[in-house]
Amino acid sequence: MAWEFLTVYWREMIRFVRFRAQLFSSLLQPALWMAFFGVAMSSNLDRFASAIPAPAGVIPLDYLTFMAAGVIAMTTLFTSLFGGMSLLFDKNWGLMREMLASPMPRTHIMFGVSLSGMTKSFIQVSIIMAFGLLLGVQFFPGYSATRIALSILGIFAFVAAFSLGFLLFSSAISMRLESPEGLQGIMTLLTLPLFFVSNALYPIQAFPPLLQALSVYNPLTHLVNGIRYFALGSDFFAVGAHYTSTTADVLGSFAYLAVFAAVMYLLARWTFEKAVVT
Amino acid sequence: MEGDDIIEVRDLEHLFGDFAAVRGISFTVRRGEIFSFLGPNGAGKSTTINVLTTLLPLQKGRVHVAGYDVAREAGEVRKAIGIVFQDDVLDRDLTVQETMEFHGRLYSIPREERRAQIDDLLRVVELESKRDERTKNLSGGMKRRLQIARGLMTRPEVLFLDEPTQGLDPQTRMRIWEYIRQVNGAGTTIFLTTHYMEEADILSDRIGIIDHGRIVVTGTPAELKNALGEDVVYLETEDDRRVRDALSGIEEIRSVTDSTRGLSIAISADGSQCIPKIIDAVRSAGIGISSVNLKKPTMDDVFVHYTGRELRDTGA
Repeated sequence: MAWEFLTVYWREMIRFVRFRAQLFSSLLQPALWMAFFGVAMSSNLDRFASAIPAPAGVIPLDYLTFMAAGVIAMTTLFTSLFGGMSLLFDKNWGLMREMLASPMPRTHIMFGVSLSGMTKSFIQVSIIMAFGLLLGVQFFPGYSATRIALSILGIFAFVAAFSLGFLLFSSAISMRLESPEGLQGIMTLLTLPLFFVSNALYPIQAFPPLLQALSVYNPLTHLVNGIRYFALGSDFFAVGAHYTSTTADVLGSFAYLAVFAAVMYLLARWTFEKAVVT
Repeated sequence: MEGDDIIEVRDLEHLFGDFAAVRGISFTVRRGEIFSFLGPNGAGKSTTINVLTTLLPLQKGRVHVAGYDVAREAGEVRKAIGIVFQDDVLDRDLTVQETMEFHGRLYSIPREERRAQIDDLLRVVELESKRDERTKNLSGGMKRRLQIARGLMTRPEVLFLDEPTQGLDPQTRMRIWEYIRQVNGAGTTIFLTTHYMEEADILSDRIGIIDHGRIVVTGTPAELKNALGEDVVYLETEDDRRVRDALSGIEEIRSVTDSTRGLSIAISADGSQCIPKIIDAVRSAGIGISSVNLKKPTMDDVFVHYTGRELRDTGA
């Protein structure tokens, strides 16, 4: 087994820590979403939501708790979509040639970059969860310590599968582009439908049929399903909708993300094998 | 394949769309020599280097580097070569030590050996005191030295140096020439490209000149310069007119023309050996000589002779 991808990972992490501005903004941004959007929306939505009473025996959750899972998902999406950016810098500064001319298998470049993107997402997710608890997010209601630990592992597993898929996608796109501006444009364009045609901020139950159908194919929806399953349980009520999920549903969501990552892996590998950078 | 040829290029062709960047070139580089590859901008130098270093796929022809086929054994070629890229290819935010570490790890050099190599090489290029400095804070010369050290980390059989002294001051250039000689003396074959003809002249065992995608000439610096047959003797005397008659018996003289100061005498052989004959002939005719000057062709003359005078940057 070759471990050279750890070399690429090591350098990516050095950069992450050294680019102070990027480091702080990436850690601060999700906290700001929670603090401003989350608090502002929940103070409004919770008033309306009380008009629809929860069914008997089902725990109603406040909006902040509901959207915290969405913020975790959104942050993971953004970080992963832009994860390939460093490859563009490498290309533009000629650094890519050092790696391409070395005996290291080319797929290791994308593995190293993906692993570092995943690590960044883990750090961000941890921060959001910690900050969310401070703001009053009711994750892991009444869970035992063991169950909390397992739930966090579950969330990380979902974040890992989801981010791997989008990081490989971002790496493949970056390998084909010439400039960071191009990546910015493409990714911004993708962010909007991915983010809004999902269950991150609101229930999809009330979507028009077309959007509802689309949202089922959106990997972000499956990530949010997984996070909510582990953080909030399999039966809860929020924003006027009753959520129930079975173990099979969650495994299905995970499988969907795994298949998505596998397809992205094939795309990225193909792109890297034939990439010519001089 | 010849046992002594470490690089062997046969009928290499490379197209970019319709444009033929390299049109069927063949050359060899012998193990242990410093080979300079010269050519105007857009002549096909970079394309050739990129194929030799496996950065571009081989389209047509056969290329062997260190005994491996670049098309079929790219991995082996990559292990056998070191590259110092043309521009500063350094991660600005890594330290000198980290830059070397990164490279060594890319080539899977075991930790102990890697550390020892880094220590050795940083000493050679005199960057020991800059170990923990980020590369963005290094001077141009230091950056280049670091890249040379990096290129040597893997103990390559062939080191490719693409314009290693471009934009450096004369002191730094000479120091880098010393390193190159040192590395070559230790047994590494050097494949060098440069725009500085004097650099090629001083360093190279052999030179190949490429133009319009074809190799126009190869040879040692001395062979190339002598082949031009353009040694010129400048002679100032009391009576230039009578000198012409006096010189008519010397057969190495190709032509005698008036120049701004005295006569300019084109010699077809080695000019320095011809000067005594000229002096004898002029003296025996009873003509006083006030000055003698010999101008030998430089690599610049050789280069312009083979590649012409027009500028290349405008087109490609």
